[in-house]
Amino acid sequence: MSETPLLRVEGLAKRYGALKAVDGVSFDLWPGEVLAVVGESGSGKSTLLGCVAGLAESDAGSISYDSRHDGIVDLRALSEARRRWLLRTEWGYVHQNPRDGLRLGITAGGNIGERLMAVGARHYGRIREEAQEWLERVEIEAPRIDHLPRTFSGGMQQRLQIARNLVSRPRLIFMDEPTGGLDVSVQARLLDLMRTLVTELQLSVIIVTHDLAVARLLSHRMMVMQRGRVVEAGLTDQILDDPQHSYSQLLVASILQG
Amino acid sequence: MTRPLLSVEALEKRFTLHLQGGLEIPVLDGLGFSVRPGECVVLAGASGVGKSTVLKLVYGSYKASAGRVLVSHEGAPVDLVSADPRTVLDVRRRTLGYVSQFLRVVPRVAAIDVVAEPLVTLGMPREEARERAGTLLDRLAIPERLFSLPPATFSGGEQQRVNIARGFAHPYPVLLLDEPTASLDARNRATVVQLIEEAKARGAAMVGIFHDEDVREAVATRLVDLTAERMAA
Repeated sequence: MSETPLLRVEGLAKRYGALKAVDGVSFDLWPGEVLAVVGESGSGKSTLLGCVAGLAESDAGSISYDSRHDGIVDLRALSEARRRWLLRTEWGYVHQNPRDGLRLGITAGGNIGERLMAVGARHYGRIREEAQEWLERVEIEAPRIDHLPRTFSGGMQQRLQIARNLVSRPRLIFMDEPTGGLDVSVQARLLDLMRTLVTELQLSVIIVTHDLAVARLLSHRMMVMQRGRVVEAGLTDQILDDPQHSYSQLLVASILQG
Repeated sequence: MTRPLLSVEALEKRFTLHLQGGLEIPVLDGLGFSVRPGECVVLAGASGVGKSTVLKLVYGSYKASAGRVLVSHEGAPVDLVSADPRTVLDVRRRTLGYVSQFLRVVPRVAAIDVVAEPLVTLGMPREEARERAGTLLDRLAIPERLFSLPPATFSGGEQQRVNIARGFAHPYPVLLLDEPTASLDARNRATVVQLIEEAKARGAAMVGIFHDEDVREAVATRLVDLTAERMAA
């Protein structure tokens, strides 16, 4: 087992005026680990994700990340340019709404290729080849490579967003309710695909979801958030099968019936 | 005498139901037993006495209220009650297997890959893992034409047998068996008994629950009666 966590978050806090959206959250994420953050809307889980990924500023605490090239860096002290660079090269961010993570005005192939070019790929033929390969991996038919994403169904757009994120071989993926707006049958396909890719590519993932079934299927560990705080953290099956905190018990009782 | 691979010490469990005004349900109070290589310890006692709870506490899907669960992991004892989640996951990957009668179905994965997955996770090349998976599925009378189909569409009995194959794919040093033979026909029951005997022969330590008396007779090296344990405690 590796001895350094990929990500270490300590005492992270974020306020919106008087509201403590994230209130002293600490956790480690290890290589190859999938961590689910669950809680109802307003619990602060998406804000936490945004703060860790550097999409939102946090007010206090520390986030250290073991980067491929520079070793352990303090993300809160990192320059904006450097943070963007990490986000493009070592990380991926899958938005709930694929339209926030895709460029709708360029083709599916272009959406994937752009990411490759951002990390230095220049050979057009090879970029297209790789885009093709990724479309296949996320089960989008080859001829769709030249189509605009706005002609895709919601499920296809979400799969394209995942391909765009994974093509640059990131190590850490942030996912914000990735199955949120999708039909149940479409969700199942996406979940299965994510599960396979996460295992094959040995990705570390932080996934925010209000859906405990998604958490059970994808994650190793889980944090339950309520009003900005982590009220319970541990093994996913332990929290779902034997929740200790009253709020976790309420969540499990109200969502997992039947 | 060889050292135990699994030792349960002073294990306690009570459930606190916060939604029922903090109602406390005591289930176990000071359970202790250990299992040596080649042994299959069978948990006995009336229904509702907490047999499945014990297996879940050992595996860590239930959280113990007190006590220790020591598993010999890569040559050193690890207390699963106090270990961090990452260590527990590593113990589950390499050392501690769990066979239940219910398959948690992943929507679109082929039966053969469901069985091969624990081996692939441990680094075995996919083809080799599939070969071993195929042999096990064959022994459990799953026809070859079903190998490439997702078990979601299988009958309950077929799913159960896929799950047993998955549980026995990797030679876990410690195995928990939660009624693996429930509702199997005689032929498949005999196969499971054989798999358990083979696991004994390679030195696995097992803890099981078996409702079927014949199976219990066949595989048990020792009984731990939870009713007696509770009264003694």
